[in-house]
Amino acid sequence: MRTLITSLLLLSAFGWLFARQQVVGTIEKNPGKPHVAATDFRGAGAAAGLVGDFNSTVASDLQNSPLINFVPKTLYPLQVPQQPSDLIAGVTQPSVRPTNPVGNRLTDWSLPPITANFLGMGYSAEDHGMFVVFGWLYSTSPTIPALQQAQVFGKVYTAPLTREGAIDAGHRYAADILAQFGGKSLVGTRIVFVSNRTGSKEIWVMNWDGTDQRQLTRYRSISTFPSASPDGHIVAFTTYANGYPAIQMMSLDSGRRLTFYNQRASMNAFVTFTPDSKRIIFSSTAGWGPAQLYMANVNGSGLRRITSSGAIEVEAKINPKTGTDLVDVSGRGGLPQVYHMNLDGADIQRLSPGTGEATNPSWSPGGDHIAFAWTKGFEPGNYNIFIMDVASRQVTQLTANEGRNENPTWAPDGAHIVYASTRGGRSQIWVMNADGTNKHELTQVGSNEKPVWVNAEQ
Amino acid sequence: MTKCRASLLPIFVTLLVFAAACHKKAVPPPPPAPPPAAPENKPVINYFTAEPTTISSGEPASLRWSVTDANNVQIDNGIGQVSPNGRRAIYPTATTTYHMTASGPGGTAEADATVTVSTPPPPQPVRSQPATTVQDILAHQVQDIHFDYDKSDIRPEDQSILQADANALKTIFSMDPNFIVQIEGNCDERGSAEYNLALGDRRAQAARDGLVALGVPADKLHTISYGKERPICVEASEECYARNRRAHFAAAQ
Repeated sequence: MRTLITSLLLLSAFGWLFARQQVVGTIEKNPGKPHVAATDFRGAGAAAGLVGDFNSTVASDLQNSPLINFVPKTLYPLQVPQQPSDLIAGVTQPSVRPTNPVGNRLTDWSLPPITANFLGMGYSAEDHGMFVVFGWLYSTSPTIPALQQAQVFGKVYTAPLTREGAIDAGHRYAADILAQFGGKSLVGTRIVFVSNRTGSKEIWVMNWDGTDQRQLTRYRSISTFPSASPDGHIVAFTTYANGYPAIQMMSLDSGRRLTFYNQRASMNAFVTFTPDSKRIIFSSTAGWGPAQLYMANVNGSGLRRITSSGAIEVEAKINPKTGTDLVDVSGRGGLPQVYHMNLDGADIQRLSPGTGEATNPSWSPGGDHIAFAWTKGFEPGNYNIFIMDVASRQVTQLTANEGRNENPTWAPDGAHIVYASTRGGRSQIWVMNADGTNKHELTQVGSNEKPVWVNAEQ
Repeated sequence: MTKCRASLLPIFVTLLVFAAACHKKAVPPPPPAPPPAAPENKPVINYFTAEPTTISSGEPASLRWSVTDANNVQIDNGIGQVSPNGRRAIYPTATTTYHMTASGPGGTAEADATVTVSTPPPPQPVRSQPATTVQDILAHQVQDIHFDYDKSDIRPEDQSILQADANALKTIFSMDPNFIVQIEGNCDERGSAEYNLALGDRRAQAARDGLVALGVPADKLHTISYGKERPICVEASEECYARNRRAHFAAAQ
């Protein structure tokens, strides 16, 4: 008897679900990337003049992200909700929909033609001289029984009452949306680079959008080849300040020099960090012969040799996702190529196609792609940025006919690449989407090169 | 009558004039006697000096003199006849006494002037000079070694340069056993800066190994790479690229 009641209950539950599904229709045509819609927020008072910048920033960040499908605004209904109290439960009657498109029900967004899985909405206002945005994200999934449970997040964003403030608020709201799908926000990330604008090559740092460019070293020597720890705290670089090219480490927040024991060698350079930021691999001529890869603790102690190739080994980069393998640049096959190996130096294979010269490899945060500079069929020195899908070895070219392009590194969101280009004459630092679109320049003063995108401090 | 007596008057006057003029045959006074011959002056050498009186070998000096009452003034030691008043530059290489002879109708006068040429100071000990000399050899006799693209081996055609460099370096180190030479490896600008840092190091090493094999003391040769950070030219030409692919020799700091 009990089993009969249970099964009857289960059947009715399934029936209810089935019925609901029948009512609301299909949602997920493509179970791959989620479909996200985000309305144009409106602004009251002084916010009205700035909310346009907020909206276009949000749309651009969502459109450019490889993590989601952004639903075009042309499909949106004319009436959109601005706050949770605008939302109504249930389904709009079919007879109402064609003539008077409204968007106050989540089902208005989940059904065709929009078929969004998520809805971002909100509004902005001026409060106490600040630009304030109320932003929400709702799931439109029909499996959520009650409207109150469909809200993914609701946050308040405060910014200066300026264009820059509105844009920054837009970046932050879009980052919070993308964070739901594994996206890492760029807020708080920085780029370290080399600049000669003071008359000698020094290490500099700036915000990810090119603002607040600050000088870190003042050696008036040659200081170059920067890299950063994954925890965002340490910048490592090579300097001739003490005569020979040797490694130094510096705290990125305090600017304080950190202890590092250089091996007695004519050359120590090209530091890469393990994902826990506790150990490094670098190139050294400590063992005589050509530069080889060595592993050490982050202060240089505990040295252990990794390669013995008899050829030049430089630019090791540890896989940030796995921490168990690396890529580097080796001359073992003749001209420089990109190779892959385990952290102990075993299982070596060439990754780059083998023609021309391939150099400056950089892992994507997910460990699935390598960006690199390659002369591919052109004369020596004619470098362009390429990305390679590590699994399929398929290569995509991202720059062409734009001068010499090198030293690409990935942003923590896996969606942007920073690199150096001589397309304007002198070397400057540029950013582009990881598919090569939306290229824009970050530096203008002096000659700037070797950018490294640094994670926000953890 | 009267006419006869009147014409006689002019004749009488004329006769009187004549009579007065040549009343007697006058003897012209004798010319004045010539003055008595003055006695002849002897030539006088007012001064005959050398300035300075002491010189070091190779330095110049000069003779000065003034002579009166002479019509022939001579100085020996190859100078010959000179005017009565004058000066002459001289370059004696050893202590020399110059002899002047002044002659004239009144006689002859002589004088001497001596220039003492002192022995040069002893040469400086070799040790205090070598920095300059050694730098000279380094700058002018130790030539750069050049390399092919992406290569760090010494080319066969450069072996003679390597040999000449080895000889010059051995001379430097025998003159100054404390001197250290730094071999700087460089690359052209086309490859990546990272790879070129290591390639420049290979080139400096190769030059060092080649020199050590030719007998240059190994501990006197240091190596450093500047990659492509210190080009000596910046044109995008094969000629400039080739110049930059080099091992250069400098004094270690």
